[in-house]
Amino acid sequence: MARNAQRPLSPHLTIWKWGPHMLVSILHRATGSALAVGGGVLLVWWLIALAGGEASYARFVDLMTSNATGRLNWLPALVLVGLTWSFLQHLCSGVRHLLLDTGAGYELKVNKAGALATLVISILLTLLIWGLIFYRGAL
Amino acid sequence: MGNGTSIGRVRGLGSAHEGAKHWWHQRLTAGSNLLLITWLVVSLLRLPLWNYHALVLWLSSPWASVPLILAIISVFYHFRLGLQVVIEDYQHDFTRVIAIVLLNFYAIGGAALAIYAICKVAFQGAIA
Repeated sequence: MARNAQRPLSPHLTIWKWGPHMLVSILHRATGSALAVGGGVLLVWWLIALAGGEASYARFVDLMTSNATGRLNWLPALVLVGLTWSFLQHLCSGVRHLLLDTGAGYELKVNKAGALATLVISILLTLLIWGLIFYRGAL
Repeated sequence: MGNGTSIGRVRGLGSAHEGAKHWWHQRLTAGSNLLLITWLVVSLLRLPLWNYHALVLWLSSPWASVPLILAIISVFYHFRLGLQVVIEDYQHDFTRVIAIVLLNFYAIGGAALAIYAICKVAFQGAIA
């Protein structure tokens, strides 16, 4: 490839004032990558543990939860809450992208409101889901 | 078609004829992910218990195992398309090829493991 490595690829990235639309855009990419790697590995791990039988699933649960209380350990809890928020942020942002694909929502105020709405909805839904899990005594 | 700059070497060749398919499949699987993962989250939250026997009983039903297999296909295909774009934006030349190959191995290998595990539970049920 005849590319001069000395030349910058994206010289524009550092000169703009940050806005919600830029944050949501890069979060879409970051959360998508986190879900694909972290969520993918954890999902496959969980299913393989389940398929291995009762003893194998007990080892998986033992690793993730505290022996004393039966609730999730802090590290798995942190990862799972993080992945839940990542999933919901990616979902809301994805729906926003589907709407933007139709050509709607590019007016400055609507676009900003839409970007902020994805953050508010994803955080509220994360709290709702983990509230339910906490209520059932697993967190 | 010259052999100078990157743009010079592709100018006049026309489109690669696969960009639209990538774009469309990304949106198509976004829609199927939305339906299937919403089902999965609601279905898991509605389970009375989250222990081994409750989960195996749940996954033994075709109304759980089949949508879960479809969700695996949809999600793994969706992130393969998405991470391809991420890699193409940040990796160039040789490392890009390596990264795309590893991505394909991870997506296909992960999906195969997950689908195998679901089928095993669905067909075999609980094992001690």
